[in-house]
Amino acid sequence: MIDTVIDFLLNDPIGIVILTVIKALALLVPVLIGVAYLTYAERKVMAAIQLRKGPNVVGPFGLLQPFADAIKMITKETIIPSGANRVLFVMAPMLTFVLAMLAWAVIPMNDGWAIANINVGILYLFAISSLGVYGIIIAGWASNSKYAFLGALRSAAQMVSYEVSMGFVLVTVLLCVGSLNLTDIVRAQSKIWFCIPLFPMFVIFFISALAETNRAPFDLPEGESEIVAGFFVEYSSMSFGLFFLGEYANMILMSAMTTILFLGGWLPPLGMEPFTWIPGPIWMIGKICFLLFTFIWVRATFPRYRYDQLMRLGWKVFLPFSLIWLVLTAGALVAFGWLPNA
Amino acid sequence: MAFLDRTARSLLLSELVTGMSLTLRYFFRKKATINYPYEKGPISPRFKGEHALRRYPNGEERCIACKLCEAVCPAQAITIEAEPREDGSRRTTRYDIDMTKCIYCGLCEEACPVDAIVEGPNFEFATETREELLYNKDKLLANGDRWEPELARRLELDAPYR
Repeated sequence: MIDTVIDFLLNDPIGIVILTVIKALALLVPVLIGVAYLTYAERKVMAAIQLRKGPNVVGPFGLLQPFADAIKMITKETIIPSGANRVLFVMAPMLTFVLAMLAWAVIPMNDGWAIANINVGILYLFAISSLGVYGIIIAGWASNSKYAFLGALRSAAQMVSYEVSMGFVLVTVLLCVGSLNLTDIVRAQSKIWFCIPLFPMFVIFFISALAETNRAPFDLPEGESEIVAGFFVEYSSMSFGLFFLGEYANMILMSAMTTILFLGGWLPPLGMEPFTWIPGPIWMIGKICFLLFTFIWVRATFPRYRYDQLMRLGWKVFLPFSLIWLVLTAGALVAFGWLPNA
Repeated sequence: MAFLDRTARSLLLSELVTGMSLTLRYFFRKKATINYPYEKGPISPRFKGEHALRRYPNGEERCIACKLCEAVCPAQAITIEAEPREDGSRRTTRYDIDMTKCIYCGLCEEACPVDAIVEGPNFEFATETREELLYNKDKLLANGDRWEPELARRLELDAPYR
């Protein structure tokens, strides 16, 4: 009986689809719960840094707060502004949310645990995260509001600027790995995590990830104090909730990407006894949580960039710097004969 | 040399690291928030909260209807009407405070020669309607009966400074 079920799931076309759906759910449900608790963690960490307590009334230590927020958000009224383009207005948050979920297909939580272990995993990730800007632009345009439009313009320019230097960082990592497959990238770090030899690239990637997810200090597209809430001013209820979920899912995704590229994915810090007792996914989740803490920590520390400073940092600092480091890395790899697959 | 120093500092992100380490230190500090309404902060004996009319230990009301509080009140929140009682003593027939007008300056308390009108420690007297904030004599005397032990203690603590 069990054998036939396993055979059906592994070999029958329909079985494979069912198995993939189960796998996707097994990944996405924890991700969504993670998103819920990321909002909680953000409020708690920010509160602690500002000497406040944060939410502590709903449930023990306020642990049920995310669910209270979710119920509130779902039960509110959805308002579509009369001047808005209805189809695009409704589509934009869905697009943002779907794209944030889609990228998880290639993330390996352990050796061979990726839902789609494709050979161009990193390109897929990069493509999906670049598409994220469409959700924002469409939202800003379809709202037919000046604040939303300004926010969308800012976000488009910002994401394009920071993707360039992010691309160079990726190329540097790929040179050291010799593969676009995410599992291979992690395996290549079994001796040493890339954050040590490529430390400057790690920093640039992390800062670009902040800009890519519109997080403080690069949260100009939202800019509460100047353009109210940026591209999603006109959104309410669950369509706002989808943006919110998408943004936080993107944060987790970017942390996962940084973990895979620089912090050795599911690998323990040293390949020896006490560290290897802890299973790979725990290491992976631990590293993601550390990076998410840093996201929040940065938000609690730095004020928002001015727009020209943002552009200057992207184009005049990160781009030349990552380009030079790329050339240096390539030169070093060739000079010492360290090139993989050579 | 200054140029080198500045460049090295910005390349090593020294300012960012300093800022982040400061916020991290604050992360582990004791929190300043208290869990109101389960916890409350300390209140000075001079705290100016909800008003109360006090009585003497024998139950006689202190107020002698001198109307000094009414005269001194800068917000003109106090209204007093008085006539002699059967025993000939001078008492109020009406003592109203409009709590929506009151600015909690404490001048009524300062002006009172018999310590009758006082501002107590209670600051949790929010109401659902405006009318409930128009206090009359009964309400004020009831406040006095309710808070008397606390009011007497506060007056005693503050007496050396008066």
